[in-house]
Amino acid sequence: MTKRQNRMVLVGLLVTGVFLAGYLGIKAFSENLLYFYTPSDIVNGKAPTEKSFRVGGLVENDSVKRDGMLVNFSVSDNLESIEVTYEGILPDLFREGQGVVASGSISNKCVEQTCKNTFIATEVLAKHDENYMPPEVAAALESQEVKE
Amino acid sequence: MWKWIQRQASPKVFYQTCNRLIPWFFWPFISLLILGLYWSLVVSPADYQQGDGYRIIFIHVPSAILSMMVYAVMAIAGGIGLIWQIKMAEIVAKVSAPIGAGFTIIALASGAIWGKPMWGAWWVWDARLTSELVLLFLYLAYMSLNSAFDNPRTAAKSSSILAIVGLINLPIIHYSVKWWNTLHQGYSVGTGGIKDPDMQIALALMFVASILLYALLVAIKARTEVLIREQNSRWVQEEVRSLMS
Repeated sequence: MTKRQNRMVLVGLLVTGVFLAGYLGIKAFSENLLYFYTPSDIVNGKAPTEKSFRVGGLVENDSVKRDGMLVNFSVSDNLESIEVTYEGILPDLFREGQGVVASGSISNKCVEQTCKNTFIATEVLAKHDENYMPPEVAAALESQEVKE
Repeated sequence: MWKWIQRQASPKVFYQTCNRLIPWFFWPFISLLILGLYWSLVVSPADYQQGDGYRIIFIHVPSAILSMMVYAVMAIAGGIGLIWQIKMAEIVAKVSAPIGAGFTIIALASGAIWGKPMWGAWWVWDARLTSELVLLFLYLAYMSLNSAFDNPRTAAKSSSILAIVGLINLPIIHYSVKWWNTLHQGYSVGTGGIKDPDMQIALALMFVASILLYALLVAIKARTEVLIREQNSRWVQEEVRSLMS
């Protein structure tokens, strides 16, 4: 082998090694890289319910109830949903049908024999989607959906 | 073919090529930038959710893409320098680093400015934002490693290895929004997320303008770097003398 081929092989090995290490690292740490858990994760027991964590999903339609600074709403991932209580200022993009990520912890609220999991949020962030369009297009898309 | 490449990679021819290319990068960049800004700020309609605030996308997305593209160019040029020991490839890799770091800072800063009103937070430690911040640290590490050696060849060698190791971060940044739950939204480009044709045109214009800006800056900085490295050769001394007079 000439010197150049030798160097080529070394660089090739370096790239392969790095990507292999990266792949294994990502596989190992995948769980820790999740920024939030979905309501389904909570129901299935995948969320770390003993400490504080984040829950993300869509704000359910007609679920937002305001009482001064206190807001109650449900977050759903179209499979499961969880009730969230938050006291404070919400971001501008917070609205029904939009994505949110709330951080806080689960508490069991019992009212007359029936116990329900409620997520007590300390922070609520809005998560917007990847769609950008003028309002007319949004309205047109919506009416199309209604027709279908 | 090999002969032609070797000729192009000689310092003098490379210097002259940079010289010739600069106006060809400069004028298209300026015109596309003006047109792109006009299209972004005036022609494009407001967004249905974010109003006018979404317009920061026209800066944020091109600089984020460029921050990754420049890194890829830097690592590949570094690899070419390692294997074929082409000095001009080392120069391209070296001068790319601060430009790429600049694009990364613009992407991070514009994202933070966007995040505060839309999400409600300047910064969150989700996978996309964190990996982009790691990219900035990679650029900074590359630059400091490159300047830690007196001999430019040794500097190029060790920093190129660092650049190649850091390549692993690029797929992580790109796929972070797909592999993990992130606060950062998913892909808009290439998935039909941007529904309005004027928004698409504005973004395309700004993207091409950013590529031209990168090419322009590389040409300008590489030219200077060649003069510094070859300062003892006769053609550089003649060139400098003719520039001074």
